[in-house]
Amino acid sequence: MTAYHRPIPILWWTERWSYLLFVLRELSSVFVAWFVVYLLLLINAISDGPAAYDEFVERSGHWWVVAINVIALLFVLLHTVTWFGLAPKAMVVKLQGRRVPPRAILAAHYAAWLLLSAITAWVILR
Amino acid sequence: MADRITLEVARFRPELDTEPVLQSYEVPLREHWAVLDGLSYIKDHLDGTLSFRWSCRMGICGSCGMTVNGDPQLTCATFLTDYAPGPIRIEPLRNFPVVRDLIVDIDDFMAKLPTVKPWLIRDVHSPIEEGEYLQTPDELDEYKQYSMCINCMLCYSACPVYALEPTFIGPAAIALAQRYNLDSRDEGASERAEVLASPEGIWSCTFVGECSAACPKGVDPAGAIQRYKLTAATKSIKDLLMPRSAR
Ligand code: SF4
Ligand code: FES
Repeated sequence: MTAYHRPIPILWWTERWSYLLFVLRELSSVFVAWFVVYLLLLINAISDGPAAYDEFVERSGHWWVVAINVIALLFVLLHTVTWFGLAPKAMVVKLQGRRVPPRAILAAHYAAWLLLSAITAWVILR
Repeated sequence: MADRITLEVARFRPELDTEPVLQSYEVPLREHWAVLDGLSYIKDHLDGTLSFRWSCRMGICGSCGMTVNGDPQLTCATFLTDYAPGPIRIEPLRNFPVVRDLIVDIDDFMAKLPTVKPWLIRDVHSPIEEGEYLQTPDELDEYKQYSMCINCMLCYSACPVYALEPTFIGPAAIALAQRYNLDSRDEGASERAEVLASPEGIWSCTFVGECSAACPKGVDPAGAIQRYKLTAATKSIKDLLMPRSAR
């Protein structure tokens, strides 16, 4: 029997919005990794003393570093939002024998995000 | 409303064709006709050589899945009038080898399905005289949704991960494993864990979500997979942190 195997078109990921989102989300992991590296560089600069820290801040001000960080931020936001979208599907929480509605689980995730961001902002800006 | 509609049907005759070609047929556009009725009309009146699968004509047997205008659909539950004035393109399900015309080979799924042991597993079977294993309605609700699967393969057809990594055991197989894992009468979750938590299992899934969008039975295989990811991850952490006795 000679069955036909349909080749996967190179642009298969443009066929559907959800496929495109899937590819972008896979790509977002690169930017998550970039933020980790950036944070490690920052910590390294801090541990090397005020001069190294000033140099780090100076370099971070370059337009292309800012550009990379803005793009990375957008991708990390995409990563977070889609990750949260998944959470209510993964978590089946029961309270007093009743299933907590998925919306409440989603809301709890956003609330936790907001809280942690507020704490971080407070630590940095205080 | 026009009284006829054109169906562009993918034909693949292995003895003639090296790849599918579209052939157009005009069929009556009747209000209660599903795409499958259009295909039957072609077979009965226009071209007896057209091959396709069907059985129940009521969304139960899962054999009439095809790609209709690019989307995986049960053709017995997809109506011609929804696509009027047409034309409607009907192709075999994606991601499976095409045997002939609209018929695909799903042996790959048939081989994978038993690896997740989709049946009730008991450590010790209680004697028949003791009667059935009882279950409350709440316990039934835990897995009922997953038991609605009709093995129609629309979810595999919609899944880009399955297209790219054919070793992925896939949405329905995982949903069916969960159907038993979450059944209060079952004791086989640990036997299924190895396959489910393998790289070909849940971790292949990147939550595209198209399987759940395609499913005609509301099984939500994507949800089943994400839920098992959490179960598997929690278990690995417990295995790492807790002494064997306390698990
Ligand atoms: S999970 Fe849904 S789409 Fe997949 S085989 Fe079962 S019924 Fe069909
Ligand atoms: S013919 Fe049985 S599901 Fe369509």
